[in-house]
Amino acid sequence: MKWITKLFTSSIGKKLVMSLTGIFLILFLIVHLVGNLQLLSNDGGESFNIYAKFMTSNPLIKTVSYGLYLFIVLHTIQGIVLLLQNRSAKKSRYAVKTNQNASWASRNMGPLGIIIFVFIVIHMVQFWFKMKTGALDMVEYAGQDAVNDLYTPVYEAFKNIYFVIFYVVSMLVIAFHLNHGFQSAFQSLGLNHKKYTPFIKSLGKIYSILVPLGFAIIPVWFYFFK
Amino acid sequence: MKLKLKVWRQKSANDKGYFEEHMVTANEHMSFLEMIDVLNEELISQKKDPVAFEHDCREGICGTCNMVINGRPHGPSKGTTVCQLHMRVFNDGDTIVIEPWRAKSFPIIKDLVVDRSAFDRIIQAGGYISVNTGQAPDGNAIPIEQAVAADAFDSAACIGCGACVAACPNASAMLFTSAKVNHLNSLPQGKTEATIRVQKMVAQMDLEGFGNCSNTGACEVECPKEISIANIAAMNRDYFSSMVGSEESV
Ligand code: HEM
Ligand code: SF4
Ligand code: FES
Repeated sequence: MKWITKLFTSSIGKKLVMSLTGIFLILFLIVHLVGNLQLLSNDGGESFNIYAKFMTSNPLIKTVSYGLYLFIVLHTIQGIVLLLQNRSAKKSRYAVKTNQNASWASRNMGPLGIIIFVFIVIHMVQFWFKMKTGALDMVEYAGQDAVNDLYTPVYEAFKNIYFVIFYVVSMLVIAFHLNHGFQSAFQSLGLNHKKYTPFIKSLGKIYSILVPLGFAIIPVWFYFFK
Repeated sequence: MKLKLKVWRQKSANDKGYFEEHMVTANEHMSFLEMIDVLNEELISQKKDPVAFEHDCREGICGTCNMVINGRPHGPSKGTTVCQLHMRVFNDGDTIVIEPWRAKSFPIIKDLVVDRSAFDRIIQAGGYISVNTGQAPDGNAIPIEQAVAADAFDSAACIGCGACVAACPNASAMLFTSAKVNHLNSLPQGKTEATIRVQKMVAQMDLEGFGNCSNTGACEVECPKEISIANIAAMNRDYFSSMVGSEESV
């Protein structure tokens, strides 16, 4: 089994971990967004609360979500390791800086990722932790068992202008992270081909704009229109 | 044309190094190296220490004339080495900042000269094919498809200059290593040792302390031979299949 350690401690293996966990997070964000968009429906939070209940009680989804926590931690730790190793490999910087040869996002994946991590921690404490510890009020909807009222704390948070700004800026950071990260994950896996790489690159650009935009619209909508 | 140069001066690896300013009169037909020759002749006539820089072929094939010019490895022109860079791309009165490659694994020897023997050790680890030399073999004895030969040739064009490492914000040597791996792994003569080669060369690359690849693509933009980062993806594929599928191991 020595080859496994060797694979995952090599420079290419470390990027394999980044890539696979990153792609998983990309897929997860779509599911998460679909759920969040239910916040926009005008039913006082009913569909959102029922969805939240489903997501925290369905055994299959619960199992996947433990994988998700693990992957976030793995991606973050590995990301910080790479950031530190890469900084030390460069040692000193040039007096004249040029940004003509690589995108800003690609040069700043580590710092962008650390901001995302801070966002995730705050996000978890604010919503997920409350959901898990039973700190939320219960509400009943017709023909359903009582469910946690996650909608109310979300509503309150999204009425706070500072939180709304923080949320929107974090989505912008995710947009930049993925603007480079999406196609990068495929290159790390060795998937680069004249036939389909242009498609992956375009898809990545579209994803990195639409998905963070979808998330960011929700608090803005709440703040101004709910 | 009159130019103001800010040149990096450093006596030895452990010296701190600083920028030194010089005025130089050059003409636009000169190459960049000839312009530095002019500066050095002047310095010598003033009994000062000339600027140390590497050069050999002066026609873009040896990969020694390495310097970062205004923040760009090999200067502003696309697909050229410093020796192929013409002074006509600059304007009269320009200030030009000249620095050595900066990477932990390329320690500075003096001024603009860095020690690139880490690259030699990567080649020694697997950048060869094991055959007895003898008489030159018949060129067409082993049939190779045109497209394969052309791709292998594109990879083989790498001159080992290190601009990829110099351009990379992580000082990663993936472009160089992947060009060398692909050149040999894609040809029948190199296939015999392909699985072990990629493992050996990647292991040596990591051992030398180069950074990890973030796929920024800065390397392929600055490479004087326009080596594509598709080589890196191909090396990653070879590496995964070798680590997972082969019993050979370094
Ligand atoms: C929503 C959450 C996130 C998603 C969807 C995501 C996605 C990705 C993707 C797809 C990549 C490209 C992988 C590759 O090049 O092979 C990547 C790279 C990276 N991520 Fe994330 N990431 C997220 C959060 C984070 C966090 C919290 C960190 C914390 C430090 C982080 C740090 C990094 C770093 C440093 C890289 C660059 C690795 C390199 O190329 O050297 N990411 N991310
Ligand atoms: S890949 Fe290009 S930049 Fe890197 S060593 Fe080879 S020729 Fe130089
Ligand atoms: S001197 Fe040989 S490549 Fe420039």
